[in-house]
Amino acid sequence: MKIGAALCVLLLSVIAVHAAEIATADRKSGFEFMGRDTQAMQTDDTSNPGMLNVLDGGALWERPEGADKKACASCHGDASQRMKGVAARYPAFDATAGQVVDLGQRINLCRRDHQKAPELAYESRDLLALSAFVARQSRGQPIAIADDARSANALMQGRKLFNERMGQLNLSCAICHDDNWGQKLGGTSIPQGHPNGYPLYRLEWQAMGSLQRRLRNCMIGMRAEPFSYGSSEFIALELFLMQRAQGMAMESPAVRP
Amino acid sequence: MPFKVEGDAIQRSLTGQPGDPTEGRRIVISRQTGLCLLCHSGPFPDERFQGTLAPSLAGAGTRWTLGQLRLRLVDGRRLNPDTIMPSYYVLDGVVRVAPSFAAKTILNAAQIEDVVAFLSTLRD
Repeated sequence: MKIGAALCVLLLSVIAVHAAEIATADRKSGFEFMGRDTQAMQTDDTSNPGMLNVLDGGALWERPEGADKKACASCHGDASQRMKGVAARYPAFDATAGQVVDLGQRINLCRRDHQKAPELAYESRDLLALSAFVARQSRGQPIAIADDARSANALMQGRKLFNERMGQLNLSCAICHDDNWGQKLGGTSIPQGHPNGYPLYRLEWQAMGSLQRRLRNCMIGMRAEPFSYGSSEFIALELFLMQRAQGMAMESPAVRP
Repeated sequence: MPFKVEGDAIQRSLTGQPGDPTEGRRIVISRQTGLCLLCHSGPFPDERFQGTLAPSLAGAGTRWTLGQLRLRLVDGRRLNPDTIMPSYYVLDGVVRVAPSFAAKTILNAAQIEDVVAFLSTLRD
């Protein structure tokens, strides 16, 4: 009997270890886990609250900023042409910064180096607006993270963090979003955790927010100490999540419950 | 409180006293204290939002003895190292715990006993 029980425990643990990444064909955007009303709110630009933010971002795109009085548009021109697909490629290795940066950091590098303008704070209205405006130009485009050896370490770190248990509740991202998506956590459907709609309007926040803000929410739920905004850990996690969602269509600005 | 694992159970009450099942029920359904219904469902018709990540708590008192329930709450990893159920009464093996929860178990000894007492009343 004892040996039988021990074997059972062993087998169970083997099964748990092999609970694996989601097959490409089974990937679903968070959109598919939402009710029809919320889906309609996202799809209709006139009811999507994130579009107000996109409009603000469009005005910022045209506005001269900083010592050189240059606007984003001064260099990049028509965003609908020049920014198409760009957000779908971030985070990416930036040669100037010498590290992997996310879209918000890329915008701030432009401000620093080309506009001579002060950096925008994480989660600030203006950075969310500019990010949302740029990301909007990628709506419908497939996520296309480059296969870049210079990002390999960050990607590996992101994968490790995604699978690592943390916090008083000792959970990992993977336990919910790889192994138990579609199940109910306290009555709420667990999505697969894809990053294809950020920045997005979250009904729970009654506001726009970044992927990092969303990740902090999850970490607080796990009773873990959240990583800081802009930390290498968050950039690595963002990169891994985008890689994990490679090929999925961008929805920014998405609406989520 | 120290405890002794014998086989798949902890036979002795952590407090030396039997728990209070009424208080245990309150802890089980609480979204801040026990957190049980985030993952489990159970015979709680008034609780609208219940989880499906783990087995129903219905019949737990038939399936397990008091001692077996106690070990499952205290440290389920002793029975399945890969369990997703948090260990409610041990501190080791967790990383990056938020400062407000650092060096604290999820439940205290009396709360563990209350929950054990309540779960043992859930009979098929």
